[in-house]
Amino acid sequence: MGRLTTELCGITLDNPVIPASGTFGYGYEFAELYDINLLGTFSFKGTTLNPRFGNPTPRIAECPGGMLNAVGLQNPGVDNVIQEELPKLKQIFHKPVMANISGFSVDDYVETAARLDREEQVGWLEINISCPNVHGGGMSFGTDPQQAYEVIHAVRMNTHKPLIAKLSPNVTDIAMIARSCERAGADAISLINTILGMRIDLNRRKPILANQTGGLSGPAVFPVAVRMVYQTAKAVSVPVIGMGGITTAEDVIEMMMAGAVAVEVGAANLTDPYACKTIIEQLPEVMDRYQISSLRDIVGIAGKE
Amino acid sequence: MKQKRLKIESNQSLNETVYEMKLSGIQDAEIRPGQFVNLKLEGLFLRRPISVCDAEGDLLTLVYRTVGKGTDQMSRMEPGEEIDTLLELGNGYDRSAAGERPLLIGGGVGVPPLYALAKHLIRSGKEVSVVLGFNTASDVFYEEEFRALGAAVTVTTVDGSYGRKGFVTDVLPEAYSFFYACGPMPMLKAVYHKTNCSGQFSLEERMGCGFGACMGCSVSTKTGTKRVCKEGPVFFKEDLAWDD
Repeated sequence: MGRLTTELCGITLDNPVIPASGTFGYGYEFAELYDINLLGTFSFKGTTLNPRFGNPTPRIAECPGGMLNAVGLQNPGVDNVIQEELPKLKQIFHKPVMANISGFSVDDYVETAARLDREEQVGWLEINISCPNVHGGGMSFGTDPQQAYEVIHAVRMNTHKPLIAKLSPNVTDIAMIARSCERAGADAISLINTILGMRIDLNRRKPILANQTGGLSGPAVFPVAVRMVYQTAKAVSVPVIGMGGITTAEDVIEMMMAGAVAVEVGAANLTDPYACKTIIEQLPEVMDRYQISSLRDIVGIAGKE
Repeated sequence: MKQKRLKIESNQSLNETVYEMKLSGIQDAEIRPGQFVNLKLEGLFLRRPISVCDAEGDLLTLVYRTVGKGTDQMSRMEPGEEIDTLLELGNGYDRSAAGERPLLIGGGVGVPPLYALAKHLIRSGKEVSVVLGFNTASDVFYEEEFRALGAAVTVTTVDGSYGRKGFVTDVLPEAYSFFYACGPMPMLKAVYHKTNCSGQFSLEERMGCGFGACMGCSVSTKTGTKRVCKEGPVFFKEDLAWDD
């Protein structure tokens, strides 16, 4: 086992760095620049049962230390993903990939997850119960412990692959939601999705985003993410994947010390397409600086007595 | 897509709000007319996409209007400063569709990307007409630059203070083989309805990444959902659903 190796639900990752869903497409754009097989894995674009255009534009706004997005789960639908995207992906990516799934009803989630569960290249099912940019679904499942339980439990009953519940930070008590997902059968918890925000265009005197609100991501949310990963890791016994504003190798180490066994990197990919590659390459040097011989040794160390 | 650190060689104002920045260091980048670059500016999170005005040898020319924090900051940058730049973004214009007498229609800050296009078309022996639309005389830029290439140039201003009074669509020539248009959306839609042959439009949208990863700049077309940054920014008239 290498210094960077970690394990996620029985699958070994060469390193803990995972591009987050919605910031990496299906990997092709990044594969033009570097060999994406150097990643731990990646979480592909959020998939729903039916194709979705998403929200009207503008969908993106600049913020201090980050950005707002209200893409609204644009994707070609699960059947197209299975028939078109996964076979193409197989040509360039030779590790198990994380399938990110969203829905508007429990049945939606179950059906989409069940179809992706049959795909050989899918290693994990990441159930997004936290998208803030869709109406009548998404985040509403992840802000109520009972609804979160119902979705995760129903998906668990109909799938075999490791199940990751992706949680929203837009809640008062993250530990309660996380425990609910664990009880429902989640094999891991990933967090945080974006924080609900808004910007207003001073000239137009209206919200910049056509959707009015959007999800905040980028370095601005990093401290919130570290706090919630810490609280979640203390509350559950399943592994936690930390994300939210990670930009550097130091951020990865901080997130792992908070309790994450692996990390997802999101917004950083959009401003620096080499972000994940750079982080992975810099990890050994930064580990040396902090006398860390193996990343496995530091998981959750900040919260230990 | 390539990533390079480009060095500012010059950065001067063309009028009150429009600036021309020349950067060196593009080297082996293959930049086509109609493509854009994405600039990382100090203190701002998202990159700023700017259309390519010209790319010749080692030199990249950007002509931009100051419309917000990013472009304001650009306008204050000095020669010698460097900018982390993503290049070769977007699809660019399809020059093979031009025919013998292509028409280029630009409005305001939509004029710059047509410059390199005009240059390439004229070099390949095409008879190029250019219509440039502005609000008022003090907004006009690059008229002489287009003339120097050998294009037949018509300038319009909305208030009539320079050139022909009116909009670009008021002065379209009788006959042309194909058109290329770039400018504000109301102008593009007017061109769409006023032209009777095929052509291409360059669209603009707020972008997250600029290289196809985030789906921030999607547009609905007759052939499905397209990303302005990746499948665009240039689209064929026939693909756009602007009929209603």
